[in-house]
Amino acid sequence: MKYAFYLGCTIPARSRNYELSARKVAEKLDIELVDVEGFVCCGFPMNASDLKAAGVMGAYNLALAERKNLDICVLCSSCASQLTEVAHDLSDDGPEREEVNKELARTGLKYSGGVRVKHFAHILLEEVGEEKIKEYFVRDLSDLRIAAHYGCHYLKPSEIYDDFDHVEDPKSIETLVALTGAKIVDYHGKKRCCGGPVLPVVEDVALAVAKEKLDDISKTDANAMCLVCPFCSVMYDDNQKGIESEYDTTYNLPVLYLTQVLGLAMGFDRKELGLNINVVKTKKLLAQYFEQ
Amino acid sequence: MGKINLDRADPDFRRELAKQPGGDKISACFTCRTCTASCPIAAVNDTFDPVKIIRMALYGLKEDVLKSDFIWLCSSCYTCQERCPQGVRITEFMTLLKNLAVKEGNMPTGIRAQQDLIKGEGRIYPIDDFDNKKRDKVGLPPIPTSCSVVKKLFPSE
Repeated sequence: MKYAFYLGCTIPARSRNYELSARKVAEKLDIELVDVEGFVCCGFPMNASDLKAAGVMGAYNLALAERKNLDICVLCSSCASQLTEVAHDLSDDGPEREEVNKELARTGLKYSGGVRVKHFAHILLEEVGEEKIKEYFVRDLSDLRIAAHYGCHYLKPSEIYDDFDHVEDPKSIETLVALTGAKIVDYHGKKRCCGGPVLPVVEDVALAVAKEKLDDISKTDANAMCLVCPFCSVMYDDNQKGIESEYDTTYNLPVLYLTQVLGLAMGFDRKELGLNINVVKTKKLLAQYFEQ
Repeated sequence: MGKINLDRADPDFRRELAKQPGGDKISACFTCRTCTASCPIAAVNDTFDPVKIIRMALYGLKEDVLKSDFIWLCSSCYTCQERCPQGVRITEFMTLLKNLAVKEGNMPTGIRAQQDLIKGEGRIYPIDDFDNKKRDKVGLPPIPTSCSVVKKLFPSE
């Protein structure tokens, strides 16, 4: 299993904990992740202002991977939907691809429609498989009670994702987390958006959306949240303190990446999984796993 | 918005939208309000109402829509589009409206900043030497600090 490792913008700058833990889990499971130096933004944040330019950015990244004869592994859900959608639109040799290739010609690259894009979680379930993942677990996480957050672009638009998971009743993240022995906590509003894309427009609206989910989870007995997108994590982890002070409330809810949960079960230590980088402290929650 | 003033309506707006991806199916909307009921933004902000935006566009209220602040509140979560019983591609329609609004000079500063960073630096969070030092400290490989390819991709910017 070998993939071009597409990090996007947010992960290398703001979510080194996600990148660290994903690299560890991939190495353990024998998924080879190849760093491609020329990757640029996927284009997703520019859809709202210049859809055509956003598509060209996406196609440029696909063309880079194609030149290396590799499919793409993505960690960020927005990058996953953007690159998957562009790959979907450009899979046929039609006028749309011809037009994009005219733009790419200035860079000396051409896209021929041959790249598949997969979110890391899709690779885990579809290519590695639940049984093989479990073989590498050395810690039992049954004291964790986890509320999963799927976010939007990990699942939608559903037509580009080939029935990987169900939009109205998603299971994939919980299936993977449950392998570790952790208890899955269902909650009202599980499918709600994090509000992230509105953050650069009107911050208080974005934070109000994120707050709804934190409120819903705090009504359950969950002691951590688990997610698969760095922008969702910005909303719930980086901005949790800000929401607490804005609304005069307290959540103190650790927000873990799926790869941190799996890596924990695989026996990696705190720093190897970047758990010390998480904004809401995880030390107390995970103390039992790291005692000498 | 109070009463609708149809004197301001542009009957061509609907036809203009119908020619573009995202705008081609909006006339199928039968105002069931599944979009608004499902919308995570409408749940916290009453100035955002997807079904109203679709109606305004169909009535031809071009200026009221394209000069509005509310179109920018759509988080593009796709919940409305996935649930629309009439197959209206609502999220794509909202993206189309935002793109048209930009051409009319309506663009929030945060969105402009993101676009300038992407077309200028290739990333919304450009990487500097300090970032790479932090990456190196935890054993992550360096990321290039400059990106000249965007100058070739967007030569007129």
